[in-house]
Amino acid sequence: MRGNKQIQPGWLLCLAALFLSGCNMALLDPKGQIGLEQRSLIITAIALMLIVVVPVIVMTFWFAWRYRASNTKATYTPDWEHSNKIEFVVWTIPCIIILILGVITWRSTHALDPRQPIASTAKPLVIEAISLDWKWLFIYPEQGIATVNQIAFPVNVPLQFKVTSGSVMNSFFIPQLGSQIYAMAGMRNQLHLIANEEGSYQGISANYSGHGFSGMKFMAEARSQEGFEQWLAQVKASPSSLQFTDYQQLVEPSQNNPVAYYSTVEAKLYDRIVNQFMGHGLPGGTQHQMMEMSHEDAMPMNHADGEHMDVHSGNGE
Amino acid sequence: MLGKLTLEAIPYHDPIVMGAVGAMILGGLALFAALTYFGKWKWLWTEWLTSVDHKKIGVMYIIVAMLMLVRGFADAIMMRMHMAAASAGTEGFLPPHHYDQVFTAHGVIMIFFMAMPFMVGLMNIVVPLQIGARDVAYPFLNSLSFWLFVVGVALINISLGVGEFAQTGWLAYPPLSGKEFSPGVGVDYWIWSLQISGIGTLLTGVNFFVTILKMRAPGMKMMQMPVFTWTALCTNVLIIISFPILTATVALLTMDRYLGTHFFTNEMGGNQMMYVNLIWAWGHPEVYILILPAFGIFSEVVATFCKKRLFGYTSLVWATAAITILSFIVWLHHFFTMGAGANVNAFFGIATMIISIPTGVKIFNWLFTMYRGRVELSVPMLWTLGFLVTFSLGGMTGVLLAVPGADFVLHNSLFLIAHFHNVIIGGVVFGYLAGFNYWFPKAFGFTLNERLGRYSFWFWITGFFFAFMPLYILGFMGMTRRVSNQIDPQYHLLLAIAAGGAVLILIGIICQLLQLAVSIRDREKNRDLTGDPWGGRTLEWSTSSPPPFYNFAKLPEVKDRDAFWAAKEEGTAYQQPTHYAPIHMPKNTSAGIIISAFSLVMGFAMVWHIWWLAIVGLIGMIATYIKHTFNDDVDYYVPVDVVARTEHEHFAQIAKAGVNHGR
Repeated sequence: MRGNKQIQPGWLLCLAALFLSGCNMALLDPKGQIGLEQRSLIITAIALMLIVVVPVIVMTFWFAWRYRASNTKATYTPDWEHSNKIEFVVWTIPCIIILILGVITWRSTHALDPRQPIASTAKPLVIEAISLDWKWLFIYPEQGIATVNQIAFPVNVPLQFKVTSGSVMNSFFIPQLGSQIYAMAGMRNQLHLIANEEGSYQGISANYSGHGFSGMKFMAEARSQEGFEQWLAQVKASPSSLQFTDYQQLVEPSQNNPVAYYSTVEAKLYDRIVNQFMGHGLPGGTQHQMMEMSHEDAMPMNHADGEHMDVHSGNGE
Repeated sequence: MLGKLTLEAIPYHDPIVMGAVGAMILGGLALFAALTYFGKWKWLWTEWLTSVDHKKIGVMYIIVAMLMLVRGFADAIMMRMHMAAASAGTEGFLPPHHYDQVFTAHGVIMIFFMAMPFMVGLMNIVVPLQIGARDVAYPFLNSLSFWLFVVGVALINISLGVGEFAQTGWLAYPPLSGKEFSPGVGVDYWIWSLQISGIGTLLTGVNFFVTILKMRAPGMKMMQMPVFTWTALCTNVLIIISFPILTATVALLTMDRYLGTHFFTNEMGGNQMMYVNLIWAWGHPEVYILILPAFGIFSEVVATFCKKRLFGYTSLVWATAAITILSFIVWLHHFFTMGAGANVNAFFGIATMIISIPTGVKIFNWLFTMYRGRVELSVPMLWTLGFLVTFSLGGMTGVLLAVPGADFVLHNSLFLIAHFHNVIIGGVVFGYLAGFNYWFPKAFGFTLNERLGRYSFWFWITGFFFAFMPLYILGFMGMTRRVSNQIDPQYHLLLAIAAGGAVLILIGIICQLLQLAVSIRDREKNRDLTGDPWGGRTLEWSTSSPPPFYNFAKLPEVKDRDAFWAAKEEGTAYQQPTHYAPIHMPKNTSAGIIISAFSLVMGFAMVWHIWWLAIVGLIGMIATYIKHTFNDDVDYYVPVDVVARTEHEHFAQIAKAGVNHGR
């Protein structure tokens, strides 16, 4: 019985190693800078915590065995209940580890803030992502195109995702590129990612949104500059166009939507989608209130300026 | 006349649901027939259903918790089987409409109707005995709390056969849970079962808070309370502070759904982020409500079965108090990905990590209680050792999730699912099962079968590792939670292993039920005659097993932390008093069950929009309550000869068995 117990972890490790080699671990095999930073953050944090966790597990087995009732040779001190030395150690060591981890957390949270633009010489590509029941609508405002359930972008170009929802809450997530962010109606969230390797990466919604949720998948194609331009040409060749009325049809619930391309898209459709929830029931909507909302709830100060320009000047840039 | 309720509401076409409903109805009929055949209705009514005895209420809580464990586990194993099938290229056997109800019900049942009542049940049985009291501060409220909780259980189970349950996830985030996106009755069942049982929980919190502060035995200072009582006190503080938030939040959602308000809708200035904040402002303390008493149980178990004073009592108490306070400033870590700024996220991340310090200290305190002790590997101790290993891992993954940068990729993934099952099964469930084995003889007068208890433990813990370690890996593979069909085939192998783990846990649960059955069969062999089967340290072991309804003929005088152990050391334990005094006790009342029955009527009528019936239910509740307040005949004195007779029997038993002085 006891012998088996000690062999078990070894076997489990072997089995685990076997499975891991066969598994495609998206988060441990990231394809972009953000994902890479997150992987090393995860590994550092685990390593730090193992400093406490491993001794705890070892002590559990060791003490249970050493001081088992049948081992009458072991020291027995029934009234011993306090030791300043031990108390000092068990408070201090976790405190030091959490102090280190706290510093790492403070720094990495700022470095990996989804709104933080990625430093690069290349101009960022803006992609607007709108979660619908149950598909993703993507708008490329600078290219004037839109797609459903597929995006493509060149490698090594920072991506600025503007994320909102036309329906319930979802979460926009491409595991191999890194961070996710919630998509919420009337809210403007932002996420900066980058792909440093060409490939097709699975994108999902990571927040349950109803019966068609399982099918809310999209492909994120990281291509060379030429490959991306070919893809753009393909989308531009589509006969479909996306105006607000088309959008209103697209909003109708549907499951496992096929990929769709729209060669043209109504200017500032994204703003219109966000603003439709912002009217507060007043005729004509109130853009002023909308700005305040986005200021407080979904936007940091430094990036909010660009959005304000959108609203004031009507300039799509 | 019947609101939205029609015969269409019964899901005839779904064989799984109909099978489950059929089994429940048959079980109910069998119980009804048995009670009638043996003429036990009157006994059931006077001895149990209307009882205000904290021990009986505690037992009833745990019976319902066990039933709900089986129900919640049935949901769990269906999900595991379905996912293994749906990742192998098939459709699985649960369409989204059904699967989404199953995972919602699983979460709601396991937290509200399994873990909570199990905890409240143990607290009911143990706390008054540990502090040397004869009952709780408000015995009638205690009965009312229990029956309101049963109404919640009834509503969620009725939803299986009449209508549907919510398909929103256990916390019912709007706007998905709003009228626009969930027009059915599912969310309404969720609302009313939580609201009604939540009021019961709040009353329990008040009741035990007052009990612990005001009803301790003469001489028992705060820093002499057993650790389980301390953790119960902190848990009740958490209940009192956090449950009103739940009630208010759900009430706002109720207004959105019933009155067309816009607190959490997409339009008209509604703010879903407010709901998410509010629900977690309750939800995070809630997990500490569950885990703190488990920490208390481990503290009692480890001292008893290591035959040693608890190491670092003061440290443990302060750690518990620190966790109680800190648990209110970490709620945002449940949604780092909602878009708060880096300063906010970092603050909540670091606050969360700080909780791991007092928690870690507790773990070391238990370890150093084992150090230089005499560790008996009894069933409660096995659960404790299993907890130390399992919970350390769960704590580690929890701190990892508290790092916002890491959470951005792990949030809502199966890694998260693995983490919270790791701490809730490895911490809460292991703790309550340790407590169940530990205090069972106190409640029923005989010990549980050790061998089956061990089997149960080994199947549970092995099953746990097989069921949840693959989920950690799946999280790293990018698999998100609540996906139900067309699952990526590369996840299949690990999902199949997890399903195998669920089967092992099933065997563990069967062993537990067998343990109960075998122990009841062999009860005469395993009688606990002295009241102290383990060589206990605290006051609950100083009275008989099961204790007389008045708990203590003479209230104990407390001078030390381990009051009963000290008495045994001094030789003052087991001394029969020379004379007795009449004992003041509360009378049973049917008000609690009647008020609750009306609240069930009201809840059901509200779900189906049968307004006249809801008004009848509400008036019934209020009228019964008012009538009860005019009832002055609520207490009596137990005559001296009854006390003397009971005590003589107890001391005769002790004399026969020989006293147990622990070492």
